[in-house]
Amino acid sequence: MGGYVPHHRLQRGDIRGVLGKGGGKGTRSVASYDEDTTTMAVEAGRLALRGAPDAAPDRLWFATSAPAYLDKTNATAVHAALRLDTGTLAMDAGGAVRSGVGALRSALDSNGTTLVVSADLRSGRPSSAEETSGGDGASAALVGEGDVIAEYLGGASVTDEFTERWRGPADRHTRSWEDRFGESVYPDLGRQAWEAALKAASLEADAVAKVAIHSQNARAAGRMAKSLGGIQVVDDLSATVGNTATAHVGLLVAAMVEAAEPGEVLALVSLVDGADVLLFRATEAVSGAAVRAVAEQVAGAADLPYATFLAWRGEIELEPPNRPEPGRPSTAVAHRTKGWKFAFEGSKDRESGALHLPPARVSFTNQHQDDMDPAPMADVQATIATFTVDRLAYSPSPPIVFAILDFDGGGRFPCELTDTTADAVRIGDKVEMTFRRLGTTDGIHNYFWKARLLPKGDD
Amino acid sequence: MGSHGIKDQVAIIGMGCTRFGERWDTGTDDMLIEASNEAYESAGITPDDVDAYWLGTAMSGTSGMDLAGPLKLVDKPVSLVQNFCATGSEALRQACYAVAAGAYDVAMAIGVEKVKDGGYQGLSGAAKIPTDGTGRTLTAAAMFSMVLPAYAKRYGVDQDELRMVVAKIAEKNHYNGARNERAQFRRETSAESICAMPAVAGQLSVFDCAGVADGSAAAIVCRAEDARNYTDKPLYVKGLGFVAGTKSGNLDPAYDYTTFPEAARAAADAYAQAGITDPRSQLAMAEVHDCFTPTELVLMEDLGFAERGMAWKEVLAGTFDLGGDLPVNPDGGLKSFGHPVGASGLRMHFENWLQLRGEAPDERRITTADRGLGLVHNLGGYPGEMLSFVSILGTELG
Repeated sequence: MGGYVPHHRLQRGDIRGVLGKGGGKGTRSVASYDEDTTTMAVEAGRLALRGAPDAAPDRLWFATSAPAYLDKTNATAVHAALRLDTGTLAMDAGGAVRSGVGALRSALDSNGTTLVVSADLRSGRPSSAEETSGGDGASAALVGEGDVIAEYLGGASVTDEFTERWRGPADRHTRSWEDRFGESVYPDLGRQAWEAALKAASLEADAVAKVAIHSQNARAAGRMAKSLGGIQVVDDLSATVGNTATAHVGLLVAAMVEAAEPGEVLALVSLVDGADVLLFRATEAVSGAAVRAVAEQVAGAADLPYATFLAWRGEIELEPPNRPEPGRPSTAVAHRTKGWKFAFEGSKDRESGALHLPPARVSFTNQHQDDMDPAPMADVQATIATFTVDRLAYSPSPPIVFAILDFDGGGRFPCELTDTTADAVRIGDKVEMTFRRLGTTDGIHNYFWKARLLPKGDD
Repeated sequence: MGSHGIKDQVAIIGMGCTRFGERWDTGTDDMLIEASNEAYESAGITPDDVDAYWLGTAMSGTSGMDLAGPLKLVDKPVSLVQNFCATGSEALRQACYAVAAGAYDVAMAIGVEKVKDGGYQGLSGAAKIPTDGTGRTLTAAAMFSMVLPAYAKRYGVDQDELRMVVAKIAEKNHYNGARNERAQFRRETSAESICAMPAVAGQLSVFDCAGVADGSAAAIVCRAEDARNYTDKPLYVKGLGFVAGTKSGNLDPAYDYTTFPEAARAAADAYAQAGITDPRSQLAMAEVHDCFTPTELVLMEDLGFAERGMAWKEVLAGTFDLGGDLPVNPDGGLKSFGHPVGASGLRMHFENWLQLRGEAPDERRITTADRGLGLVHNLGGYPGEMLSFVSILGTELG
């Protein structure tokens, strides 16, 4: 499992401070200006695969309600960034929030190995409850047989039709019906699915140790929790991360699994356009399996001013630097350099071991031609040799913090840093690579890698 | 194999240089006409007397017809050359070799750039080659700003002191430029005021960066033995060094941003061609590529004007001031002229033309001209991936 929570948090109280209305208590997560659902899905997928380095997924399913592209499959970029085999089916399950839990349940019911990634960016009109309660994030579950960390015991789904939350294809913001409606219909749907799932798993309710409840309707979640009697309801992250919609089911399962004791039965209840319940039992392999625990990411955050949040979401448009915007990336060039652009794969001179980023045919150390091996570098850490701050260059969110990176084991790459500020960076700091969207021109997103400071204790 | 040079085979016999600046009322064609007219007049010839032309422009033209058209050069071979910020020097280099080869009797190198029509800050109009979008979008200022912390660390210099040292370089160049009617910026500026300005890239302020200007400059060359048919005071080409880097500095963890190896190698070749063994004492002056203040600091060492790690002390000692041991950028440099990419290299040669021939105005005339040798250093690119040009010019044969 992998859960990805972006670096930035919006203090909900700041909304009222700026607009005089809206807001609330706690925080919500905010994707950086250079993140979208595809890049966050890559980050979650990397974490999941790092926990199972030998896995070779047969399928990659990517669920989101905020796809970076329509028509074009978004999962293919995730597939490329994760260096999955070309024989792996990569497809989107897009549009609706329920596609997250739907993809996960379908994978659990399928043969072979499926990597299910889901990601979401949640916005509402400024000051709305939707803006306040939403969150950004991603999750990934590697579903298959063998040495699993959580065994799937069974599940059930109940489907119903009503218009409780909706957004047209061209709308930027979600709208919702009076929340008392959801409060009245969801708990019954949830109970039906709950009973059916227990039956499918041949379990009694008192066998369940913990339950996570996902609902964008907080009142419905509260009622559902009450109806389950004494079962421990885990933190649904609404006070810290917010509801990450399509990604939230995976995020809650990841958080629940990383905190589970071996043998515990864990339940997930998702209340979206019906109800879905999944039951798992944590295995002996669960201990220490989380590569970067959700709880760790929830804790290691940085506050973002509300005005910056509004700018990043396009709610207000700031004056850009007076520099030309970058041109659109060429599809033909990007296809030729796919390994570099999407997977951060360089080349290594077989004789001298010199690393070339980007990959080169002729070595700078000995001029040997075509005597290199591929060098995947996305998961290699680096040290900042020196850095600078560029207040003149074009950036969707200036200034650019830029560093010369020397990679562990050799190799250098000058690289933009992200999720940081100029005064937080020091020569000698350790960084890791992260997949980001550099910009968008003519509707074409330019994906590439940046570096971010390693969370304390991860080096 | 070998780099043999063309020492004393070719001479500059005429030059022209426009005023550099925000020439809102003047187009590319106008500046080409202005610079070439001055060069023709200086050599005492007409356009017809020039057998071949090399036009240097990085972003203001795409073919030789961008010169042949406005000047109406009938039936002449006109080449367009482009080599980043060393474009103007590259045009001169090609013209010199064509004459040395005996292909032409007289050739003109002319550089031009019309930068201010773009509407953006800084240099922008570089060719849009389709890419995969993974290239750096950092400004040159930010790339060169990385020299300062690296130099401070390597030589144990206090960062704030080093910051003041490079501001002194700007102060010197503005002092010189204030005495040059062709310069864009003609006001003296103190190092203290530059240090007090907000940083735009690393520690650098706007006044650590070359400005953006329009301009054009031209040189006419002929075989050395014919030079005195045109002028009593020709400048002989003693050496032309040029290195295009392999863009490896940013791949190689051994590179530390305190030196520009391409500049050092180009200088070594030019010195060998010209027979220079001690540039610090043999040269009367140098025009170097001060695109950013740390660039000039490092160049003082790469060109052999100061020992490694000592340039900052020499700057403070005034070695490179107008009245110093070795005046550097007596015309004010890129700092005062701005940087019309295609023109800058030839503008640097123009200052050698004035100073070595004793024609610079009194208020900025160097006192070392009797050494008879001058240097031009012109670079393009960034630390770690750079091309570099060095020429040596002299007033006497032999």
